[in-house]
Amino acid sequence: MTNMGASLFAILPELVLTGAILVVILADLLLKARPGRPTAVAVLSCLGLVGSVAAIAAVPGPGAGTSAFGVMIATDGFALFFKGLVYFAAFFGVILGLMSSEIRREQYGEYAILLLCLAMGMGLLAAARNLLMLYLGLEMVSLPSYILTGFRRGDRRSSEAAVKYVIIGAASSGLMLYGFSLLYGLFGTLDLTRIGMGITRLLAGPPTGEHLALAVATLLSLAGFAYKIAAVPFHMWCPDVYEGAPTPFTAFLSVGPKAAGMAALLRFFLTAFGAPVAGAVGGFPWQVLLGILAMVTMTVGNFAALNQENVKRMLAYSSIAHAGYMMMAVAVGSGDAVRSVMLYLPIYLLMNTGAFLAVMAVRERTGSELLTAYRGLGSRSPYLAITLTVFLFSLTGIPPFAGFIGKFYLFAAVLKAGSPFFNVVAVVGVLNSVIALYYYARLVRTAFFEKAGEGEGAVALTEPSRVMLTVLAVPTLILGIYWGPLASLIERSAGMMR
Amino acid sequence: MTQSTILSLVVFLPLLAGLALLLVPRQRVVFCRWWTLAAMTAGLVASGAALSMMQKGAAGMQLVHRVPWIPSMGIDYFLGVDGISIYLVLLTSLLGPIVVLSAWRSIGEKVREFHFLLLLLQAGILGAFLSLDLFLFYMFWELMLIPMYLLIGVWGGPRRVYAAIKFVLYTIVGSLLMLVAILYLYFAHHAQTGMYTFDLLRLYGTELTGPQQVWLFAAFALAFAIKAPVFPLHTWLPDAHVEAPTAGSVVLAGVLLKLGTYGFLRFALPLFPSAAHAAQPLFLVLAVIGIVYGALVAMVQTDIKKLVAYSSVSHLGYCVLGLFAFNISGFSGSLFQMISHGLSTGALFLLVGMIYDRRHTREIADFGGLAQAVPWFAATFVFVTLSSIGLPGLNGFVGEFLVLVGAFGANRIAAAAATTGVVLGAVYMLWLVKRFLFGPLVHEENRMMSDLNGREVLLLLPILLFIVYLGVHPGPFLRRMEPSLHATLTLSTPGPGRVETLRMLQLSTGSLRGSGTGWKAGAEGATAPRGASVPLLPATAPEFTAVVPAPGVMDQVLTVTASAFAVSASAVGNGVAR
Repeated sequence: MTNMGASLFAILPELVLTGAILVVILADLLLKARPGRPTAVAVLSCLGLVGSVAAIAAVPGPGAGTSAFGVMIATDGFALFFKGLVYFAAFFGVILGLMSSEIRREQYGEYAILLLCLAMGMGLLAAARNLLMLYLGLEMVSLPSYILTGFRRGDRRSSEAAVKYVIIGAASSGLMLYGFSLLYGLFGTLDLTRIGMGITRLLAGPPTGEHLALAVATLLSLAGFAYKIAAVPFHMWCPDVYEGAPTPFTAFLSVGPKAAGMAALLRFFLTAFGAPVAGAVGGFPWQVLLGILAMVTMTVGNFAALNQENVKRMLAYSSIAHAGYMMMAVAVGSGDAVRSVMLYLPIYLLMNTGAFLAVMAVRERTGSELLTAYRGLGSRSPYLAITLTVFLFSLTGIPPFAGFIGKFYLFAAVLKAGSPFFNVVAVVGVLNSVIALYYYARLVRTAFFEKAGEGEGAVALTEPSRVMLTVLAVPTLILGIYWGPLASLIERSAGMMR
Repeated sequence: MTQSTILSLVVFLPLLAGLALLLVPRQRVVFCRWWTLAAMTAGLVASGAALSMMQKGAAGMQLVHRVPWIPSMGIDYFLGVDGISIYLVLLTSLLGPIVVLSAWRSIGEKVREFHFLLLLLQAGILGAFLSLDLFLFYMFWELMLIPMYLLIGVWGGPRRVYAAIKFVLYTIVGSLLMLVAILYLYFAHHAQTGMYTFDLLRLYGTELTGPQQVWLFAAFALAFAIKAPVFPLHTWLPDAHVEAPTAGSVVLAGVLLKLGTYGFLRFALPLFPSAAHAAQPLFLVLAVIGIVYGALVAMVQTDIKKLVAYSSVSHLGYCVLGLFAFNISGFSGSLFQMISHGLSTGALFLLVGMIYDRRHTREIADFGGLAQAVPWFAATFVFVTLSSIGLPGLNGFVGEFLVLVGAFGANRIAAAAATTGVVLGAVYMLWLVKRFLFGPLVHEENRMMSDLNGREVLLLLPILLFIVYLGVHPGPFLRRMEPSLHATLTLSTPGPGRVETLRMLQLSTGSLRGSGTGWKAGAEGATAPRGASVPLLPATAPEFTAVVPAPGVMDQVLTVTASAFAVSASAVGNGVAR
């Protein structure tokens, strides 16, 4: 598809989003002091995102291997699926931001614009088929993230978090770029498919120094992805950033960039390395490497979450653990594994955003994110407590909630690999779920089993919070019992790159 | 109500009633109680209807309800009942309304939520007993977790938080490893047959290598051994029992624990027969330890509820012992013991709850001489105690006796050691009766206590009737469960008989017919004639029928009545003498 017109049509979602960003900027400027300004901005942003999602459906022929602008941007079902997913994540981010008092009203326009830019970056990251595009996407996600993390300018925690984020982000970007440059040096191309062919050729030959260079390049590239999805050992920024960032943005950050990073990671490894190559004798053992990383990531995340007194921080660590669960399937790299990650992410979007929404609602009323603020929530705000319980048990992976289905597919994909190593990975995965249960159940316990302290009155839910909690909780329940349509959508979309 | 939907009704009636309850305003406490009672009673009627629709003498699954659920994964909504599960379903349904009645006065706060959780729990238990699709089973199995966690944690005693989290963590460790094993089995089955399915009757036929069987059996057995509980994994039970509200304890002891032993019978043993046989010595030893240890620990308890909780450990030891005897009398005894333990221990927890409601203490030392103050209560308590210690003529005896006969056939030493548990059981229960009900009435405040009221009599009466009925006339029950138990026993025995039995089971259940798009067995199913419910003759396992043919059970029961009575009597003498 070298035709420029067709290429432009293929990035229709991005074009719609760009238009929306411009409209929102203008509206934000024109409405300067009007009282309805944040609402208008939110409505326009949401319309833009919905329009982009609609444009995804209009993109022609999402067949396997299609791409636009030469082989820069993939327009296969995989890319389109992830675009839709991250736009949805941004959609929730926009709405949550409007509901939160942590985003000052006069700054809300900036918040929404940055979020839309981020959404576009994530879409490009998920669709990149070229190392350069990949890097651009990554930076386009990172830069607005830094700003949004430090959005509460007067807050020291927020600023500290932003600085940490920038430093670790820059370091891992640097590592990644160095890895990319090695890949370019080895194969003379930035195109992932061509790199893949080069790797196959290289590994088929006798071991040379180039094998070592490839290993180094892979490790360095992996660093960038690990940073984006907050996998060990590049997870250190995660708890501080999640705690310091405004809660609505944390909710977004824990899902959106993670989904986009996961998509890029999958595409990078499956296009460039390809599962069959790795299975072959003498292949680069990236599966084992990723598998070990997955086990370490979930274990570190879960153990660190165990004793957190700050609920936001606990959820931050739990999101590290969830990245670990998904990485198990990435390590397997089969078609089933790709589909299971694709199933997990929308479910994760629902339940994790829901949990953060509950945290936000409690914070709005009590001003606290600490576990103690949740005492007696079951009687102080029953609806909030019940929906929070749904999200937490879903995150744990207990039926009949959607989180169980997500985990079930992940574990199924891992066990289907059928190697003893992956059987061990699966067992480590389920044992981690036990640890996770402990800290999620601890929050439920605080909410239901402990009595509210002195002066801790009812937590009144605002009507928008109630609506949003319902919007997130209902599909979390329904997908736990009937996920057939979602699974078949993914089945259709996953006809991926090769 | 047609044949195929009755079981769905049994499972979903409580669930739907529970969801409807959430629409009721929370202030309408009385309505919530009546609504739940009505739903549970309707559930009991539905279970009774299911029993009446069943064909007697058939071994296979009946009243099958099967709908493709997620065809791409081979997941079906697949319910069915046989001579094994029907009794556990009936027990669950019977205890349902009783539990609601028992909570009538004692639950005063968050009444609507309490009843919602009870109904949810009921649906989960019934679903787990009736599921024939492993995925569906796992869903129901885990569905029980959250309601029980909240029931203990919100309405429980002083250490409820600790007990609730301990219960959940113990249970989930086992369940999650079982989930991995289920998935492994699923893929192993696919590797052999090219078909993805969670259909239990199909998975029975999976050929596994020795090490595979051992690992998978270990994972399943761990989950069920925690639930049952088998000896070293039992420590969650006393905590959960003591802290749970009466209704929770009754459900927990009455049916939740049986899911563990049922799991062995339905899943772990027939799916992995070689590994199960290899593990027989281990489980015989653990069961005997559980029986004796549970009884000894029960003896020294000062809290009545804790005493009853430890007696459960001991009694469930018999169930496990019977299962791992791998003969028909062991199996029938085990299943019978599951039912009668549900009744007797359920009744004991109810009675303890009644006394706690009045006095807000459960320390044995705070009582004594209650027979003078509350004679009806005392009489009932003595009656249930006698049932619990296995007095011939009451339900407890039949199960224990059959289990011991079965165990004797498997391992004489184990049987002999387990028999001491019978004596010890009499000791701790009768000693409790002596300190609790008889002797001088030292605490004056106990004199003012009111005796059983109408509601309490009403909720105890059905249990008492069944205790007598099962005790004096166990024949029909045993005969009805026997064909299914025979089939399960054959499946649980590695050997050539398995294949034939399995095929008959599959035929009678329609498991060979393709149902969803995920089925690729059209040719196989087409050639097989579809017998509606092919009864499995016990002849498939002749070597086991020799031990104790069930139709003759009553004779045997009667012949040993005298000797067992003597044992009990001497224990009574010892206990009272102290």
